[in-house]
Amino acid sequence: MRITPEVVERVARLSRLELTAEEQATFAAQLSSILEYFARLDRLPTEGVEPTSHALRITNVFRPDHVTPSLPVEDVVGMAPQAQEGFVVVPRVLEAEE
Amino acid sequence: MRELVGRPYHELRPRLGKDFSVAELVEAYLQTLEALEPHVRAYLTVTAEEARQQARALDQRLAAGESLPPLAGMPVALKDNLCTRGVRTTCGSKILESFVPPYDATAVRRLQEAGAVVLGKTNLDEFAMGSSTENSGFFPTRNPWDLDCVPGGSSGGSAAAVAAGEALAALGSDTGGSIRQPASLCGVVGLKPTYGRVSRYGLVAFASSLDQIGPFALDVHDCALVLQAISGHDPQDSTSVDLPVPDFVAALEGGVRGVRVGLPTEFFGEGLQPEVRQAVLDAVRVLEGLGAQVEEVRLPTLEYALPTYYLIACAEASSNLARYDGVAYGYRSPRARDLYTLYSRTRAEGFGPEVKRRIMLGTFALSAGYYEGFYKKAQQVRTLVRRDFDRCFHEVDVLATPTSPVAGFRLGERTADPLQMYLADVYTIPVNLAGLPGISVPCGFAGGLPVGLQLVGRPFDEATLLRVAYAYQQATDWHRRRCPLQMG
Amino acid sequence: MEYETVIGLEIHVQLLTQSKMFCGCSTRFGAPPNTQTCPVCLGLPGSLPVINRRAVELGLRAALVLNCTVQPTSQFHRKNYYYPDLPKNYQISQYQYLEHPPLGTDGHLDVEVDGVRRRVGIRRVHLEEDTGKLVHPEDGTVSWVDYNRSGVPLMEIVTYPDLRSPQEARAFLLKLRQVLQYAEVSTGRMEEGTLRCDANVSLRRPGEPLGIRTEVKNMNSLRSVERALSYEVARQREVLERGGAVVQETRHWDERRGVTFASRSKEEAEDYRYFPEPDLVPVEVTSEWLEEIRRTLPELPDARRDRLMAQYDLSRYDAELLIQTRATADFFEAAVAAHPSPKAIANWILGDLSAYLNEHNLEIDQLRTTPSQLAELVRLVEDGTISGRTAKEVLVEMLQTGEGPRSIVDRRGLVQIADEKALRETVDAVIRDHPEPVKDVQAGKEKAIAFLVGQVMRRTQGRANPALVQRLLRERLGLPTGS
Repeated sequence: MRITPEVVERVARLSRLELTAEEQATFAAQLSSILEYFARLDRLPTEGVEPTSHALRITNVFRPDHVTPSLPVEDVVGMAPQAQEGFVVVPRVLEAEE
Repeated sequence: MRELVGRPYHELRPRLGKDFSVAELVEAYLQTLEALEPHVRAYLTVTAEEARQQARALDQRLAAGESLPPLAGMPVALKDNLCTRGVRTTCGSKILESFVPPYDATAVRRLQEAGAVVLGKTNLDEFAMGSSTENSGFFPTRNPWDLDCVPGGSSGGSAAAVAAGEALAALGSDTGGSIRQPASLCGVVGLKPTYGRVSRYGLVAFASSLDQIGPFALDVHDCALVLQAISGHDPQDSTSVDLPVPDFVAALEGGVRGVRVGLPTEFFGEGLQPEVRQAVLDAVRVLEGLGAQVEEVRLPTLEYALPTYYLIACAEASSNLARYDGVAYGYRSPRARDLYTLYSRTRAEGFGPEVKRRIMLGTFALSAGYYEGFYKKAQQVRTLVRRDFDRCFHEVDVLATPTSPVAGFRLGERTADPLQMYLADVYTIPVNLAGLPGISVPCGFAGGLPVGLQLVGRPFDEATLLRVAYAYQQATDWHRRRCPLQMG
Repeated sequence: MEYETVIGLEIHVQLLTQSKMFCGCSTRFGAPPNTQTCPVCLGLPGSLPVINRRAVELGLRAALVLNCTVQPTSQFHRKNYYYPDLPKNYQISQYQYLEHPPLGTDGHLDVEVDGVRRRVGIRRVHLEEDTGKLVHPEDGTVSWVDYNRSGVPLMEIVTYPDLRSPQEARAFLLKLRQVLQYAEVSTGRMEEGTLRCDANVSLRRPGEPLGIRTEVKNMNSLRSVERALSYEVARQREVLERGGAVVQETRHWDERRGVTFASRSKEEAEDYRYFPEPDLVPVEVTSEWLEEIRRTLPELPDARRDRLMAQYDLSRYDAELLIQTRATADFFEAAVAAHPSPKAIANWILGDLSAYLNEHNLEIDQLRTTPSQLAELVRLVEDGTISGRTAKEVLVEMLQTGEGPRSIVDRRGLVQIADEKALRETVDAVIRDHPEPVKDVQAGKEKAIAFLVGQVMRRTQGRANPALVQRLLRERLGLPTGS
């Protein structure tokens, strides 16, 4: 199926990937040919076949409601590219604005 | 002590503490590593000092008369998508180039509790996406048998390290063949356990319903030792099964008399290199000679396995990799101007092209309007693939196939066309879709490059796989061949 | 033009568990930032979720008390979107349209406003994890993220658009909170953030299909829910009466200005790309498990009311008031257990205590005063140690300081004077000093005796036993004392 650069742009936005125009074109072509190859799946009838949403047939795996130790805050903040007073810092998140 | 390198652990263990110390064994491997790394480039991070410390500690315990755990002193390498506390874990990606996890993967912890000594973290295709290790964000690893050739992927570093004598054993991960295929290309043993046999906690996720951790080793016996140490239920992984772990080593000696071996016709068709076909069929004849019953079986859904796999794997991956966003850990783009560009530029700069391709493919397959046609359809075909295997296992106990359609390929040979690269995994992928255990053992050479025989078993029946593979190795000596690089 | 208001609510409640939905970090409120996190709730590479069994039990309890059909199998899904308070950039939730339904469906809760009973349908109940919290410091160029809240277990409750007024919406939320508190599922308090609510509002002419709806967000208290919805209904009515059309959009409530405004922050409808969570296996609710949950349900409001009426001989009116919140009913029963005077205790709770709580905008379980302290106060009145009037003063001090009644009484010397001899002197003094009222009393104006009683009380700082004072005055003045 044909993947146009516009489709690539939409998908890139959903995936939060900034692409150059050249990349958009290249990916569009590559994804098109890959999906064309994948189209052979349509040849196989699958009405009424249960999708395998889980690799194993087990259910009800739980943990008890017990508190276990958390990471020291230094470890958490130490991993962050930018931190302040125990918080992780990001560019301003725009609230709902008039 | 160089003579220690390249000998399987089960042969060394009785001599440990008598003919040589743990420190000497570890040192021998570190020296080989140092000498060969400029050529092979299997490692991203070497933890030599920690390894030496651990070795010394083990020698002290030996000297104190303590009986040591099953893998004491075994120099191992870990694929760099396995979290190691305090040790950089990059997943072969710039986006995690400086990431240091605050915790160990369960499999890593168990390996260390068994006494293994970690030499370092090995190279991989970025986020385990690839079949040649050329997608590593840092540099490619080379096949120790031919440095112009790829070691396979995505666990190319681990496979090459074992093949080159830079580690005695290693852990890798396998989502579509990433342990078995590089094991085949590098002439070592590689095993992917049944899905759920080994905990995934601490394995950086690529495709959650397909990923498994498994061992690389010089022979089946060593492979069984490592598998024993890492297997078993983990309450931190909801998808790890609460089943008892058999004694894999005890299971080795059963022999193959009466074992029914199936050859799926579709795995021996077009695209298979003739010398590879020959080597694999010769191997099957050896099994027959040992008393196995060989018959043909059918797996007609094979031709659908590859697209099914890629749609599912990429869909899950697109979600699993969304967390790499420059916010709380990992790389953050200096060109981030606002929240949106924090995400979009961090990921654009941090990820390589194959990862981006798969993320987009996966996002597309899950997106509104396409979910039914792509993702759901693929999950339905997956059910059909499993049924195919179930049918086969009514007739036979194991399946025998080539691991890889070719013995190897040169660096750069397949990088232009993504689809070409995907086809490298055509025989391994279906096994992941069905969640079955699979092993690759060396069975010959083609054009100077190793060829691997793949055996596939019933769910949680690693024991039969190991038994058949072990019998094969008792009757052959492919697994004793060492690459010229190591010998030289 | 008569328009009918149509409101549906989407509510998130925080479940009463010790640990988070998918990991063992504490859910305790108020810890310093990022001190209650781990690889799982931070979404570190390689981490995996494991379901908190208690969260599922509480979710099932809620489904039962909301009269839902509980699904035999349910599973979790990933809701994929990017936001800094969402570490994995997906939220593990439960989606309703893929193969498996969520935990509970098609329930109801009945509310009553101004005599009108409404059955509000509950479309679904499901479980999910909470996100972290964003803080926006003054300077405006950055935002701060605290992941303590990330992974806390939430239950989402979605109603059918059955509510017909902002008042009904408020009543529904109150009833929901009550039911969830009784079931020990959640504290359900908007002010504490353990209950959050968004609303869908539309208008239509009766009998016609549903109108265009707007989503109203950012209502942080019951009062603001009512205000915001009233505003939005009026706004939509105005648009329609002008001949315009309501725009389908998300509107934020601005508490300060008292208006909703169109939110600009969402450009397009987000594609969440839901798919079943591969890291978790399905939840199977057997009939045995469900029965066990049903059997171990805490006593619900109506049952509690009936029991209070029977056990403590209370009026329906009083019992109804006492069960308004679980905490009030618990307080009442604990107090009665300490001192068996249910009527008196009920009166104190529903009277003076209630007034104090209203005045200070407090809930009964936020008081420092304990049920046994109230019980003690009642006992002190009943055994004559203090007068009723004194007790009111003592109560105020108890509520303000948390001090026990006996200690206040002793410290301030408030013990009622019941010593006849001592009182006689004061009585005599008052009679001596107020000859006119005395004459009035003796002339038959009984009411004047109240003045004399008052004088005795004044001279004893209110500590005299009023009944005794009455008797002594009457004796002295030669009046019959039987009363």
